[in-house]
Amino acid sequence: MSIAWYLAVSAIVFALGAAGVMTRRNPLVVLLCLELMLNGANLALIAFARMWGNGDGQILAIVVMTVAACEVCIGLGMIVAIYRRNLPIDVDELRELQG
Amino acid sequence: MSALLFFIGAIGAIGGAVGVVVLRDPFYAVLALVGHLLSLALLFLLLRAEFVAAVQVVVYAGAVMVLYVFVVAYVGEQEVSFGDRLRRGGGPVGSGLRLGAVLVGGAVLVELFIALLGSGLKAIDGYGAGYAPGPRTYGTPAWIGNLLLTRFLLVFEISSFLLLVAAVGAVVLARRRGGLGEPPAELTPLGLTRPLGTGTMAEGVEGRVTPRPAPHAPAPAGQSATEGRVPPQTPVGSASR
Repeated sequence: MSIAWYLAVSAIVFALGAAGVMTRRNPLVVLLCLELMLNGANLALIAFARMWGNGDGQILAIVVMTVAACEVCIGLGMIVAIYRRNLPIDVDELRELQG
Repeated sequence: MSALLFFIGAIGAIGGAVGVVVLRDPFYAVLALVGHLLSLALLFLLLRAEFVAAVQVVVYAGAVMVLYVFVVAYVGEQEVSFGDRLRRGGGPVGSGLRLGAVLVGGAVLVELFIALLGSGLKAIDGYGAGYAPGPRTYGTPAWIGNLLLTRFLLVFEISSFLLLVAAVGAVVLARRRGGLGEPPAELTPLGLTRPLGTGTMAEGVEGRVTPRPAPHAPAPAGQSATEGRVPPQTPVGSASR
């Protein structure tokens, strides 16, 4: 299959993730949709790396995975902290930035 | 064969993504994301990125998703009902927001298609650069490691530092703030040597004399006549309360 097909799949996955981030209210699922967007970008990076035949895209994809792991770490820590304070686990309810 | 594998991977990836967005239960959303990641690893393999595909399966679909499953099991589902949300006056909710999100997502999709496929790059329609299989060619672990430790050494070090900061931040964020309940009783030398019921300030504030073990703590001679009549558990400071 030509590179264009992979790019089309990555665009679809990215758009689905963006729609999910805007639709869902549970912050856990919002984090999952962020992962979707990062994975769509990863697929595009690796497709472009294959297109040029050098390694920059693959290294950048690995770095994106590292950043995604850090983001999951911090995000899940925040969700656990919210749960410990008995606040509602809901993005709409948490719109005030006060303790 | 490659076309068939591509369509299997693409349908799996897009189906998993739809499942993450649509499924209501967060646990099923996590499982859909695992399926999505595995299909994406298949696409990576088709693009000759063997090491990245292995990392995707082992680290992403393995470790990170296990972390997600743990947090979902810990937090559980706390869905606030729709009527409750309306009574509290929660801003734009429901079908209007969902329609807007779908519209914006469609706009993003169209824009990405224009940007990626309408870019006029000739190589997009090709099958990629030349590839000859071998032990140290494109995509193998030896090749990736060579790149990471020579040309991208700074990136490598910065990512390791980023991981350290994230680990410390997660521990600080998720620590217990209320303490562990009752603090453990401290063993001080004073508490060990002092006989119970000798009228310390703590007992006066507490309002009661703790029962005194008779053989271990004999009362002083002068006080035994008066204190012997006081039964244990009698409130001492009750008149002041």
